[in-house]
Amino acid sequence: MSTPETAAGTIAGTGAGTTATRKKRHLSAYVALFPAFIIVLLAYVVTVIWNIWISFTDSKVLPVNIFVGTKQYERLFTTARWILSLQNVVLFGILFIAGCLILGFLLAVALDQKVRFENTFRTIFLYPFAMSFIVTGLVWQWIMNPTLGLQKVADSIGFTWIRFDWIVQSNLALYVIVLAGIWQSSGLVMAIMLAGLRGVDRELWKATRIDGIPAWRVYLHIVIPILRPTIITASVLLAIAVVRVYELVLATTGGGPGISTEVPGKFIMDYLFGRGNIGLATGASTVMFITVVILVTPWLYYEYFREKPRGN
Amino acid sequence: MPSSVAFAMEGPAGRKPQHLSPARIGIYAFLVIAALFFLLPLYVMIVTSLKSMPEIRQGNIFAFPQVWTGEAWVQAWSTACTGLECGGISVGFWNSVKILIPSMILSIFISSLTGYALSFWRVRGANVLFAVLLLGAFIPYQVFIYPLVLIYRGVGIYSTLPCIIITHTVFGLPVLTLLFRNYYSSLPMELFKAARVDGAGLWQIFFRLMIPMSIPILVVAAILQVTGIWNDFLFGVVFAGRENFPMTVQLNNIVNSTQGEKLYNVNMAATILTALVPLIVYFGSGRWFVRGITAGAVKG
Repeated sequence: MSTPETAAGTIAGTGAGTTATRKKRHLSAYVALFPAFIIVLLAYVVTVIWNIWISFTDSKVLPVNIFVGTKQYERLFTTARWILSLQNVVLFGILFIAGCLILGFLLAVALDQKVRFENTFRTIFLYPFAMSFIVTGLVWQWIMNPTLGLQKVADSIGFTWIRFDWIVQSNLALYVIVLAGIWQSSGLVMAIMLAGLRGVDRELWKATRIDGIPAWRVYLHIVIPILRPTIITASVLLAIAVVRVYELVLATTGGGPGISTEVPGKFIMDYLFGRGNIGLATGASTVMFITVVILVTPWLYYEYFREKPRGN
Repeated sequence: MPSSVAFAMEGPAGRKPQHLSPARIGIYAFLVIAALFFLLPLYVMIVTSLKSMPEIRQGNIFAFPQVWTGEAWVQAWSTACTGLECGGISVGFWNSVKILIPSMILSIFISSLTGYALSFWRVRGANVLFAVLLLGAFIPYQVFIYPLVLIYRGVGIYSTLPCIIITHTVFGLPVLTLLFRNYYSSLPMELFKAARVDGAGLWQIFFRLMIPMSIPILVVAAILQVTGIWNDFLFGVVFAGRENFPMTVQLNNIVNSTQGEKLYNVNMAATILTALVPLIVYFGSGRWFVRGITAGAVKG
């Protein structure tokens, strides 16, 4: 809160206009932006271009500069493991985003009803978000342990017909990852939505109450449209998590059983560092890169560059 | 306000089901069930970590320990094996601390400087820089990783502490810069102009005016970075090198190691220990955490 002493001597004088001072001012601004510029150039621009270049070479265990055209991409899209990982990430993405949005929204709406212990509930719903995906994955791996976890509890009370051994079933293991993901991230949606709901005009509620419109209709037809920007923000955040998903899979199932829960993020890591097929892996990451750029650029433009610069 | 009162006063007569008690009961039931779902894993972790192995093998995962023992915690901290070494998770804890502190200071310094320069000192090319940074926040890390390995190898710092610190700084930059830029853009331009008129330069304004004014956003950035860097696995496993593996990597190695009998109690104790720092930050910072994630929750 310390207000600077410099403000004291402000008597409107216009001095900063000569070309010499402007040049000096620009120079120091460039100096200040230099670290970020170097980072952006080397770590973001050069790496992406380099990554794309490697994907057009014959690189295997070591990177080589032999151009082979689209060979890696042709191989990639005939690799069953990659196709499976794409299918998995799409299914995971749909269920995870839908699950988080629905649960997060319902929790936010419920908390917005002037309930007691609101703070306690909010704390409980959000704490998993502070934990890493590794921790989340390991915890759910333990709960879903087919011999000692939920399955054993179900067996011991006589419900032997209930199967909780999803994690060892190749067609069900992905749902354990979805469940763990929703557990970790729906609190985030709840927090964002709750902030959005608190921003809804109180007068609106009074008006709809006088008109006798049932609350669920108000939510469906009035509140959700108002919350649209909030929902979009939450969806974008969740979508990034989907594209990057790696650690959660690694810790929950390790990609198994077999390769049934393989995802692109893990595919790339395995082929880069384990299986020594750098050309294929960089091809895969280039595919991810292009997908994300196509999806994100319109949204970014809409959010940050379309509007007029503020406060100037 | 108490809905039961409203209910009693209104009576069941009219067709106005706004504040009927069953609805309230439904809301509380939903909240309580949801709370149980969210608390269940934490409960299971704690209970498991306090049991002995024979008891784990017989009992159910929800049951209270018959005999409470803290032995698993001691083992997890000091003797659990990560691959070949058996120094416990404490090695990873100190590695994480060594990675966290410099990464946090460096990334916050560079990002606040960049955000400040972007919002007050518009120079040519700044918009391009900002656009690339923004896009960079969304691109999957797997795209950058391999060329970065080659660059680090070329410079000769691959698999060292500086390597992982630089990496965290690099990938913290987009979100933090956005955070600081938005914050500084909300400050009155007059303040900045007044300092300019007084003859203060870029650095003076930054250190003597902006930094003191940005304490709230610095706290938010620090929370984001502590949780983000502590929870990182991907960069740690690729860039830190074996002797600097952070706690998350060591934890995964302990739990998912294929040799030997799985000590579930030790695993769960190690898991709690790894989650402890971000949890303390979460419970300690309260609303600040929420502010932090809603302001820049792009990390994950």
